[in-house]
Amino acid sequence: MKTILIAALWFGFIAIPFMGLKGLYLALAILIGWMLWMPIRRISESGIFNLSHRIQVIGGFLESKDRRVYITVMAVLLIAFPLVANNYWLDIVTLAGIYVILAIGLNVVVGLAGLLNLGFVAFYAVGAYTYAILSTYLNIPFWSALPAGMAISAISGVLLGFPALRLRGDYLAIVTLGFGEIVHLILNNWDSVTGGPNGIPNIAPPVIGSLRFDQPVHLYYLMLFFVMFTVVAVYRINNSRIGRAWVSIREDEIAAECMGINTFRMKLLAFAFGALWAGLAGVFFASKMRFVSPESFTFFESIIILCMVILGGLGSIPGSIAGAIILVLLPEVFRGIESYRMLAVGAVLILFMVFRPQGLFGGKGHPKKSSLDFLGTPLRR
Amino acid sequence: MLLQQIINGLTLGAVYALIALGYTMVYGILELINFAHGEIYMIGAYISIIVIGYLTAIGFTIDNPFISILIAMVVSMFFVSSYGFTMEKVAYKPLRNAPRLSPLISAIGVSIFLQNFVMLTQGATDKVFPGVFSIEGFNIFNARVTYLQVFIIAVSVLLMFCLHLFVTRTRIGKAMRATALDKRMASLVGINIDTVISITFIIGSALAAAAGVMVAMYYGLVNYFIGYVAGIKAFTAAVLGGIGSIPGAMLGGVILGLVESLCASYISSEYKDAFAFGLLIIILLLRPAGLLGRQVVEKA
Repeated sequence: MKTILIAALWFGFIAIPFMGLKGLYLALAILIGWMLWMPIRRISESGIFNLSHRIQVIGGFLESKDRRVYITVMAVLLIAFPLVANNYWLDIVTLAGIYVILAIGLNVVVGLAGLLNLGFVAFYAVGAYTYAILSTYLNIPFWSALPAGMAISAISGVLLGFPALRLRGDYLAIVTLGFGEIVHLILNNWDSVTGGPNGIPNIAPPVIGSLRFDQPVHLYYLMLFFVMFTVVAVYRINNSRIGRAWVSIREDEIAAECMGINTFRMKLLAFAFGALWAGLAGVFFASKMRFVSPESFTFFESIIILCMVILGGLGSIPGSIAGAIILVLLPEVFRGIESYRMLAVGAVLILFMVFRPQGLFGGKGHPKKSSLDFLGTPLRR
Repeated sequence: MLLQQIINGLTLGAVYALIALGYTMVYGILELINFAHGEIYMIGAYISIIVIGYLTAIGFTIDNPFISILIAMVVSMFFVSSYGFTMEKVAYKPLRNAPRLSPLISAIGVSIFLQNFVMLTQGATDKVFPGVFSIEGFNIFNARVTYLQVFIIAVSVLLMFCLHLFVTRTRIGKAMRATALDKRMASLVGINIDTVISITFIIGSALAAAAGVMVAMYYGLVNYFIGYVAGIKAFTAAVLGGIGSIPGAMLGGVILGLVESLCASYISSEYKDAFAFGLLIIILLLRPAGLLGRQVVEKA
């Protein structure tokens, strides 16, 4: 009690330059929050209402064989959704679908292979701009541009990964961040091709036969198709030899190499494979918005996607889906909190790392090292 | 023209060096890239503007411009050190035994949280630094040197000299060097590692705050997102000089300032930030140990 009181007053005090004496309200808010939280924690610890356990049960269920029934019900509900929803909600859910694809793609890189990529949005941008340029300059239709966009994204993943993957974890993160920023700068300044800050307008929507996908309902079903395709493909590869190789690299790279895995090639594959889905999401995004500009591809997009993956649980596909849906829909449900969204994203990243590093659904999680390990030279660099 | 760019570059480089010191000290001890360090610098700039604004409102600055800048600097360094201290306790200390990616992700969280905290409490528009310092100066050959530039370089050199004395001559400095070399051994000989880490964060943050105050005076404008780009550039400077090495951070800062200033004027000012990022990528790929860093065996 004494510690929390001091902590609350301390937070109030350091907030004074920014909030004035309102900083003291902050201290009060922290105290009240703690008082509300303590009983909840007590109850959940006593096992009557074990939230943490419940969530793990849900996560385990989603990974288990029984999920078929659940998936069928969800599929029916998703297909029937346009019957009850208006265009506004269809639009939001379609957007959420794009983020689901992005989060699953990043999950392959960060969650499975353990390579922190802070410039993931660059691949999304490459996909979107590839389609935008092919469509407006060369009149190439969506279905031909889609594989091209995915391929170019994957190739840019290889191009970045080839030099960068020799670096270890945190340096790799910084190099990918630099790559993301350079792509953003190029989009912003290469006016003759990318249109600079104004972006590229008048992108053609997807067309099959005589059907133009320009209504929210059409785009919604197209999104469902792409999400399903992504989930199935990524799920299959996760449970293959390649997926297991990625996990083993994440857990212990030296051991993985000793077991005969070509770690460099596998990491490169993870980079390219993750980028592929970002490319898909990018092409679809460009055809949905029918307009692209550098504003959609900032560093903060990368961070939001990362937050989705971490919130759901590193390495878990249902987790990535849930994380993406939560982070897109919550600001829509609570309209007032929209300006607090990024504040909450920051807090979520810290709190999850400190209290629940395995995320909502990730049951397996990272093993904790022994408490004295940090004193010695880390074995895993 | 060339001389002018060199002088501008040196001013910028002195500021980068101050911020880079915080990165390099934390990395030397914790092997953690403190991603939120740029935000610490931004908060320093904001607090100085708030303090100067207050002093101007009560009519103090008109008679004592120099003293009020000193007050702003001290207040800002004090509060920003508190932020650095708190940040370590909240976001990094619980993660000391976690896998390497966890503290990096929580550092990104701190960075975003602080940015948005400042935006929500202070507004998203540019803040103007009140014109306390006159923009007078003198000419050397055809280059213009303002007194402000002299002030920035002088204060930076003074602070770096103090840091050098602190690290090499005091007991705590010795403990810091020992901790950076080998944490387990240091704790066995009775050094309190937690205290050393806290002190490292406090000193690094205070230096970043000083840099923030001076940049706010130099450009006259601050915004809640200035910390991000400045942080990346200072990190580049730290890596360029050899991360973990204190003289390396100073050298790296000056080189980066000069490169940026010359590239911006002779090649392209639109891509001026891309040079810093490009330089960072090239150094990391070719010589990850930097100019003055010791070569470490890179394995997994």
